[in-house]
Amino acid sequence: MDTFLQQLVNGLTLGCVYAVVALGYTMVYGIVQLINFAHGEVVMIGAMVAFSVITALAGSGMPPLAIVLLSLLAAIPACMLVGYTVERIAYRPLRNAPRLAPLITAIGVSIILQHVALLIWGRNYIAFPQIVRTESYVLTTSVNSATITNIQIAIIVLSVVMMAGLIALIYKTRIGIAMRATSQNAAVAGLMGINVNSVISFTFIIGAGLGAVAGVMVGSYYGIAYYQMGFLLGLKAFSAAVLGGIGNLGGAVLGGLLIGVIEAFGAGYMGDVTNVCTLNQFLPGFAAMCDANSNASLLGSNYKEVYAFVVLILVLRFRPSGLLGERVSDRA
Amino acid sequence: MNHPKTSYTLAFAALLAVGLVGCGKEEVKVEAPKVVVLVAEPSVTVKIGHAGPLTVKTPHLGKDDENGVALAIAQANDKKIKIGGKLVKFEMMSEDDQGDPKIGSTVAQKLIDAKVIAVIGHLNSGVAIPASEAYEKVGIPMISGSATNPTLTDRGLKNTFRTVARDDQQGPAIATYIASEIKAKKVSLIDDKTAYGEGLANEVEKTLKSARVNIVGRERTTDTETDFKSILTKIKAKNPDVIFHGGMDQTAGPMMKQARELGIKSIFVFGDGACTEEMFVKAQDAANGLVCSQAGLPSQAASTEFLASFKAKFGDVKQYAPYYYDATNAVIEAIKKADSVDPLKFGPELFNVSFTGATGKVEFDAKGDRKDAEVTIFKMADGKLMPVSIVKAGVATKFEMAAAPIAAPAVVAPVAAPPVAPATKPAEAPKK
Repeated sequence: MDTFLQQLVNGLTLGCVYAVVALGYTMVYGIVQLINFAHGEVVMIGAMVAFSVITALAGSGMPPLAIVLLSLLAAIPACMLVGYTVERIAYRPLRNAPRLAPLITAIGVSIILQHVALLIWGRNYIAFPQIVRTESYVLTTSVNSATITNIQIAIIVLSVVMMAGLIALIYKTRIGIAMRATSQNAAVAGLMGINVNSVISFTFIIGAGLGAVAGVMVGSYYGIAYYQMGFLLGLKAFSAAVLGGIGNLGGAVLGGLLIGVIEAFGAGYMGDVTNVCTLNQFLPGFAAMCDANSNASLLGSNYKEVYAFVVLILVLRFRPSGLLGERVSDRA
Repeated sequence: MNHPKTSYTLAFAALLAVGLVGCGKEEVKVEAPKVVVLVAEPSVTVKIGHAGPLTVKTPHLGKDDENGVALAIAQANDKKIKIGGKLVKFEMMSEDDQGDPKIGSTVAQKLIDAKVIAVIGHLNSGVAIPASEAYEKVGIPMISGSATNPTLTDRGLKNTFRTVARDDQQGPAIATYIASEIKAKKVSLIDDKTAYGEGLANEVEKTLKSARVNIVGRERTTDTETDFKSILTKIKAKNPDVIFHGGMDQTAGPMMKQARELGIKSIFVFGDGACTEEMFVKAQDAANGLVCSQAGLPSQAASTEFLASFKAKFGDVKQYAPYYYDATNAVIEAIKKADSVDPLKFGPELFNVSFTGATGKVEFDAKGDRKDAEVTIFKMADGKLMPVSIVKAGVATKFEMAAAPIAAPAVVAPVAAPPVAPATKPAEAPKK
């Protein structure tokens, strides 16, 4: 029970991060039908900028919480600038080009951003200075109780606040209406007096801002950042967006949480479920393998990265538009 | 107010002038003999290759190794060694293998094409093993100062050497420490699926099993992973006394930090890949109390001449630099013995070299492994790794204070060291 609860906490924390990153993918896709593969790198740059700020201020005697806030305040505009620049330079000139062209520039931009980060922050795994002490709180009364740390709580709360804020922005404000109009039909929205270019820029900027916060969260959660960290994180968040139905905000959140939880449970339980000694009872063929090594699993924890993608493939096979998908794939 | 300023400026100008004059003089001094030497004696330039991860995974260790090679080469050049009547000038050609077996093979070909006479590297076993095949074909000797996987020298290659201990010397030593010193009843194992991590974890598992220690679970991760919460949660449910991880410090650091956050109280034990003070940077306070092993002598125990000249040039030794330094010197010794810079001529002489290097006596056995390689067990306290015992040829001795003036394990050593000795012997047995 404690293990189950702990895996759920692990999965939800990770899922919240995936969800916030997935929102960035899904918003951009919703508006320009472009998969912005450089989004993972924006998240990485957010983490790196925050790292620089925290390192610079760590010895200054400021209260830790203020330092973290300042690092966020530095990371968010930095990422927004990167998001805006990327859109302006790499995507806007290609807006009417065949669909494959912007996809390839997206991958190119992702590689360029990685190497810019390599030049600025170096190639090492850099450790986040631990300025906020990690406190663990027990969730049950047993000896091996599941725990939740203050950082995990902060990640979950911050994610929920940001998601609520984003939904309010899109459904309650004028710029939100403009964004929705542009996503439905950019040409007609333009005829109605909406400045399509600035709406698209705004979408990239908001997505990058969310990415910056996600980067700071990942960095402080694992205590480590490196210039390639955005790649796999981005890929998983992209899967989360597709899983929920790309272009659909609620879908991105649902997909992110699902991927996080599936990953945690997959790594935590599949190894035991597929242990050759357990299977031994059903299939006698495994007896010999069990004798040789009592800890051998068919799907051990090394398949951790695989579960998210297996689920993605299964969902796409039976429901190509994603779990909550409304956008049919003819436009993609 | 004005006076001090003026006098500072004057003083500065004066200093500058002195400096300029000084520099000018020196330049003249150096240049003059150089020209004479070049005219008078025929010289030959030879390239010694170095390869390791210099951009990704563990670049701090790759750079450390490169510095070890660079120091040996600089010293050899200062000595103006003559081979076959010609002055030999050594040059280093350092390549980045990114810790990746595929890139390692490409780099190997690049070094071969550049006609290096020997390769000092690669850092990772998984990279060194395929690369060594390429060097073997053209007869270029390869000496690694860090690759510990047994397979490296077990394939009967004539040109593959190493200056560190093998995993099947290191694994049993660390397992013995777990069984007899920590007295663990339940142990969980994690590895990073690389030739190094998996190989070491296998050796530890084998010895623990023969010591009747209960193995509760064997988890696997990758060498680029940063999230270990789910496998650690799984391990937490099994409540082991010790968690052993076969992997490098960039996975071991976050792993330990996350384990403490989950409330896991087990003792963490690592191999040499995570036996660096970088662990304290990556896991902060959580790293204290970790136990780890290093193939060879602790870097503090490297010869004082080496430590002094290394520090003057590059700063503190990270880990394997003394072994790479010795590996480079082994090549230079073999060249002197054979009186030739032809790899086909001096290669076989490597089996005959015998000299006292930075890490003690350097001699190779018939396989190309270091004779009598030591394994040291360390413990981390207050962010510093303290050697607690040294296991050599099946005999453990407490760490000698005289050899390491920096570390003062006075409290730890006497308690930890003696009991290791009897238990180590059976552990070493299956190796032979």
